[in-house]
Amino acid sequence: MSVKQISVFLENRPGCLHEMTKALADANIDLRGLSLAETSDFGIVRLIVDDVLGTATVLKSARFVASLTDVLAVEVPNVPGGLNRVLELLDGAGINVEYMYAILGNKKSESAYMIFRVDDNAKASGTLEGAGVKIIGQEELSAL
Amino acid sequence: MGKYFQPEIETMPHEKIHELQNERLLKQIRHVWDNVPYYRKKMQEKGLTPDDIRSQDDLYKLPFLSKADLREAYPYGLMGKPLKDCVRIQSTSGTTGQRVVAFYTPNDIKIWETMCARAIVAAGGSNESVVQVSYGYGLFTGGPGLNGGSHMLGSLTIPASSGNTDRQIMFIKDLQATILCCTPSYAAFIGERMKEMGMKPDDIPLKAGIFGAEAWSEEMRRDIEATMGIKAYDIYGLTELCGPGVSFECEDQHGMHINEDYFIAEIIDPKTGEVLPEGSTGELVFTTLEKEAFPLIRYRTRDITSLTHEPCPCGRTHVRMTKLKGRTDDMLIIRGVNVFPSQIETVLINQGYPANYQIIVDRVNNTDTLDVRVEMTPEMFTDNLGEVNRRQAKLVDGLRSMLGLTAKVTLVAPKTIVRSEGKAVRVIDNRKI
Repeated sequence: MSVKQISVFLENRPGCLHEMTKALADANIDLRGLSLAETSDFGIVRLIVDDVLGTATVLKSARFVASLTDVLAVEVPNVPGGLNRVLELLDGAGINVEYMYAILGNKKSESAYMIFRVDDNAKASGTLEGAGVKIIGQEELSAL
Repeated sequence: MGKYFQPEIETMPHEKIHELQNERLLKQIRHVWDNVPYYRKKMQEKGLTPDDIRSQDDLYKLPFLSKADLREAYPYGLMGKPLKDCVRIQSTSGTTGQRVVAFYTPNDIKIWETMCARAIVAAGGSNESVVQVSYGYGLFTGGPGLNGGSHMLGSLTIPASSGNTDRQIMFIKDLQATILCCTPSYAAFIGERMKEMGMKPDDIPLKAGIFGAEAWSEEMRRDIEATMGIKAYDIYGLTELCGPGVSFECEDQHGMHINEDYFIAEIIDPKTGEVLPEGSTGELVFTTLEKEAFPLIRYRTRDITSLTHEPCPCGRTHVRMTKLKGRTDDMLIIRGVNVFPSQIETVLINQGYPANYQIIVDRVNNTDTLDVRVEMTPEMFTDNLGEVNRRQAKLVDGLRSMLGLTAKVTLVAPKTIVRSEGKAVRVIDNRKI
């Protein structure tokens, strides 16, 4: 089970990030999670949203270059060592984590939610779910 | 209509063309001697009279004309006819700071249009074609030249001029244009817009494009051909000589046939002025043979190319010049290395980037810097920063092996590099020397 992440190419200069958030805000797009990776010239924004198709359409018509990637949304127990256990499992299975970031969950929830971009989604899902770690899909994500 | 506009001339045996050239050359020299004091003086300085020139074998004795002469003689000093006999003026944009103004008699126009008609037929055109001329009209020779050639041929001509790209596409589609004439950079822009509108090559009736007025790479040709589903032909010319049509490609797409009944072409060593043997690469020099208002003897084009009389599969016998790498005026010297924008274009297209790019040259701490700005495309983009960096590094490597120097590559957002409707501005040189 995976969720769709939208990655957007941005130049690394003042105003670029705002241009994108404005396009999304004007279209009433609700962001669930976001991470930013940058070099001196450009950056890549990765977005987790409820409405993937709508967001992709808004970005395209605002002439942003964007791509979709399947990533894992993993429920991580909100206790010390919670994240460590997940990484231990992935490490044990020889899975490379390319990047990861936290997304908004529910305040009352006992779990945190993290997005994992790994080199092998199927293997990572199997490993984690086999060990009782919950991975959520697009619908559950929207329901958070 | 056949595959030639004027078969008897275009396929004339070479010895015959040679004879015709000799005959016309003597008349042209006499015309210049009698009517252009500026050039007569140049000949006299070398102790020459028209009697010293008995055939094109004596051509090498004659003095050159250059852009500097055109500037010095501006505006009327090189005219071979009084103004009352002239009916047209065309001019260059003067972007290099040297505006050229050329004059035409009715016969000069007729010859120019004849050459353009030959070019259209060589691209598969006939009186059944619908020719959309999307070069600029006005002082620029592109629009008027192809427009005239298309008329002469009897094709239905759409004088679209450049600009308003959506309307261009609408005309192509609604009016069933079969041949598009414009600059290659504008053709690429029209193609990009078509793609954006979700149109496929089969959605448009175009069969051929005649693209000139700027240097473009073989890779850009293949790119445009694939996007529009056409065959793209190069055409060459200079305002000084008339405009587009001086030479043009045939279906073989292997060099441009120079209209030898109207010009004699030579290749010289740009440093010594010495005439080089056929096949050598050097500066292209033209002598006009039939011009009345603006005859030019041994005019140095500053364009670097080579010539061949090898038989062409198309059957045309006129000499071919190789596709230009670029005008000497376009060449950049960066850290002592000669760089043509078309070389950079080749690397970009080979690696899957669009032909929209900008080259920014500057000088930092007395060292030249070369920054190539390229637009990111959906095909080249991924969520993985490392992968984008790797692709960027690959581009730097590709440029290094093509140019022999290290360039910086900057990836920019789509549509941020301005699109050209005429000649593209590829280079921004910020060096203050």
